[in-house]
Amino acid sequence: MSDTLLSVEDLWVRFPTRSGTVDAVRGISFSVGRERVGIVGESGSGKSMTGRSILRLIRSPGQMEAKSIMFNGENLLDYSERQMRKIRGHQISMVMQDPKFSLNPVHTVGKQICEALRLHTKASRREARQGALEMLEAVQIRNPERVFDSYPHELSGGMGQRVMIAMMLITDPKLLIADEPTSALDVTVQMKVLAIMDKLVQERGMGLIFISHDLNLVSSFCDRIIIMYAGRIVETCKASELHNATHPYTRGLLNALPRIEEPKGRLEALQRQDSWKQEASVDARV
Amino acid sequence: MPGSDSAVMERKPWVAEATKDARLEIKDLNVYFGEGADRFQAVKNVSVKVQQGGSFGIVGESGSGKSTVLRAVCGLVESWDGEIDIDGAPVSHKRDKAFARKIQMVFQDPYASLHPRHTVDRVLSEPLKLHGFDDVDGRVLRALDDVGLGADFRFRYPHQLSGGQRQRVAVARALMLEPEILLLDEPTSALDVSVQAEILNLFADLRKEHNLTYVMVTHDLAVVAHMCDEIAVMQHGEVVEVMDVEAMRSSTPETAYTQELLKASMGYDAEFFGDS
Amino acid sequence: MTTAPVKSNVPDRAGLKAWLSSDAPTSRGHARAVQFYMGWMKLYENKLAFLGFLIILSLVLMAIFAPLLATTEPNAQDLAKRLTAPGVDGHLLGTDELGRDIWSRLVYGSRITLLIVGIVAFTAPVFGLLIGTVAGYLGGWVDQALMRLVDIFLAFPKLILALAFVAALGAGIESAIIAISLTAWPPYARIARAETLTIRNADYISAVRLQGAGVMHIIVGHVWPLCLSSIIVRVTLDMAGIILTAAGLGFLGLGAQPPEPEWGAMISAGRKFILDHWWVAAMPGMAIFIVSLGFNLLGDGLRDILDPKKSQS
Repeated sequence: MSDTLLSVEDLWVRFPTRSGTVDAVRGISFSVGRERVGIVGESGSGKSMTGRSILRLIRSPGQMEAKSIMFNGENLLDYSERQMRKIRGHQISMVMQDPKFSLNPVHTVGKQICEALRLHTKASRREARQGALEMLEAVQIRNPERVFDSYPHELSGGMGQRVMIAMMLITDPKLLIADEPTSALDVTVQMKVLAIMDKLVQERGMGLIFISHDLNLVSSFCDRIIIMYAGRIVETCKASELHNATHPYTRGLLNALPRIEEPKGRLEALQRQDSWKQEASVDARV
Repeated sequence: MPGSDSAVMERKPWVAEATKDARLEIKDLNVYFGEGADRFQAVKNVSVKVQQGGSFGIVGESGSGKSTVLRAVCGLVESWDGEIDIDGAPVSHKRDKAFARKIQMVFQDPYASLHPRHTVDRVLSEPLKLHGFDDVDGRVLRALDDVGLGADFRFRYPHQLSGGQRQRVAVARALMLEPEILLLDEPTSALDVSVQAEILNLFADLRKEHNLTYVMVTHDLAVVAHMCDEIAVMQHGEVVEVMDVEAMRSSTPETAYTQELLKASMGYDAEFFGDS
Repeated sequence: MTTAPVKSNVPDRAGLKAWLSSDAPTSRGHARAVQFYMGWMKLYENKLAFLGFLIILSLVLMAIFAPLLATTEPNAQDLAKRLTAPGVDGHLLGTDELGRDIWSRLVYGSRITLLIVGIVAFTAPVFGLLIGTVAGYLGGWVDQALMRLVDIFLAFPKLILALAFVAALGAGIESAIIAISLTAWPPYARIARAETLTIRNADYISAVRLQGAGVMHIIVGHVWPLCLSSIIVRVTLDMAGIILTAAGLGFLGLGAQPPEPEWGAMISAGRKFILDHWWVAAMPGMAIFIVSLGFNLLGDGLRDILDPKKSQS
């Protein structure tokens, strides 16, 4: 894990509203190597904003600020919008929750994957098609030729998400940001899609940022966990050490989960404390 | 647990046994959508029995027909055949007003189940007025108290409430007519984990206080294991297995599908899912 | 209606703002006041919409205080002073071919305009709302029958249909109002139906059905409040068109009859002198233009204010 891919220092995301500025992310620092990092938090914790701000995809009126976002030794904050476009999808890819909103409904899946490839490489039409078919096979689509020629609405949720992953990985990015990539899927499908993503990320030696609300899932899928609350990192630990977590928020989340194997009469309700919002963010860089 | 195996065996077949204390019994329920060539059978030959005061869970993935069963029971879907008995008496396709005082439902998405232009007060007092209850004010305040909200929330609009608070209002609304059976359609899947814990606790308390019978539909096996005594697993419109919660906890379900579901809800396991 | 158990005590002026922007209203009235105040603040912040609101407000005030604002009787003729230019002899906007003061006629004419606008605004949308929501909610053959009726009405050009009605009912302001109402409702029915289709399967509708509520109860109490905002927006945007249709009927001699100071009829009378005495036609034209603009600005603003998607975020 010595070779750090991405290092973010003191990231803020702010939204001006009628009643003053709202800080969605408040000065967090973290790093990602060639590993699977999970960012966990409840709604409003700023986890999605964190993912988007790495690619500088915060929509107006939101504003982002950071000391530095170092990727491959270069500060992404110094990049122009034009340079950023080359980074997005080529060096850093992002998979969103619902493939229905990320795929263009009027083009075939194959065309969109080829386009993604041709946008960033000099592949010829034939090479692009070949590459796309191989990629579809890599995400374990049984009949790649057929899927290649189908439109997004003809695919099931799990299939759509596999296509998204294929599209995002075909350019061979170094870092993949997956924002709730499987939350819209059924549990059994979810696991299959995760397994595919896991395998590809491992094989290619990529870094993965896995953003999710599901503590259980993240702890079993990732190497390292970052727990966010109200825009701050409250705790970070190895996934295998999660049960030893000390922060009351993390403990509260763990205790609030019903578990199949250990029945509880009552679930422990989380008692939120205002101090959690005030504490300094934990530095999650390694 | 060696004993649970035999418990499962005894329960089979899950075709109705003739017991008197079944509060809700569904026999050979079929539900259809569409007409002609587009006709699609969403629920096939489902038979389940819910004991009085029991808490029955139906789990399954999207498209398994689990929510459709609930909708047929409460009368929101009318294109069904088979038999639905409440306290031993079959219900008809058209439901009358009195039926509303037997069964109520809590919906999945608290952001979609409250009318955006109605205050909490209106939401809660409306069923009372429809059914001519007295002491509307008192009942509304007690209901708010029951679900842990308090009088402060009475005149707020849904957009002034958080997701968990909205779901509490929805629960209060379902309880206004003092029903005996509460149908819960994924009542916590749109909520954060910590809020889910609060709502599940609330359900447990209310069940004790009001002597309610629950039928809960969810895709989350952990929630169903926490809440229910008996669980039916549905796939492609059919019930593939009925088990009690002990069988589920000890991971000894009979069908491969249920086992896969169970495994999947325990978390990611590279060895188990990686080589599929 | 029952009364609130917690007495809401309206505090002094300093606390009034806080009371009006409260997150936890203490009574039904309070909740409504807060909603209203929030809407008002949004209108106030939207400068163009607020300008539109001010224009409409002045139109209303003008109609109410017409006797005070008018300098002469609207129908008082003075042939010696016919076609006086604006500003001469105390005639602010000049006089027409019979020596009547145009300003005074415009002021009194605002009453007629408001009457037409008011009656049409309260009949056509309500009728359209009823037809549209019933069709959308019930679906099936009811929907088919009602919407084909709407199609038939929509197939005629508005002014031609109004002309036919007026011809059948006889010329006059009442006929014009009826004719405009009859031609104006179909678009509202369309909007209301489309809106109803999106909400009829919502969970909150299912919930009230489960409580045993009847069809009309659901339509009026639950579907209408949600259709209302798009209808109101459409009405304000249509107002300009309604004023123009009324003016058009007046212009063709089928609306208000002389000597009533209806703006469209005034333009019609002035067109004979438009080259030499432009103000006779131009002044009522300006009045129609300003009021139409006012309604359009307000309607655009209301679209933002009443849109539930925007107000929730």
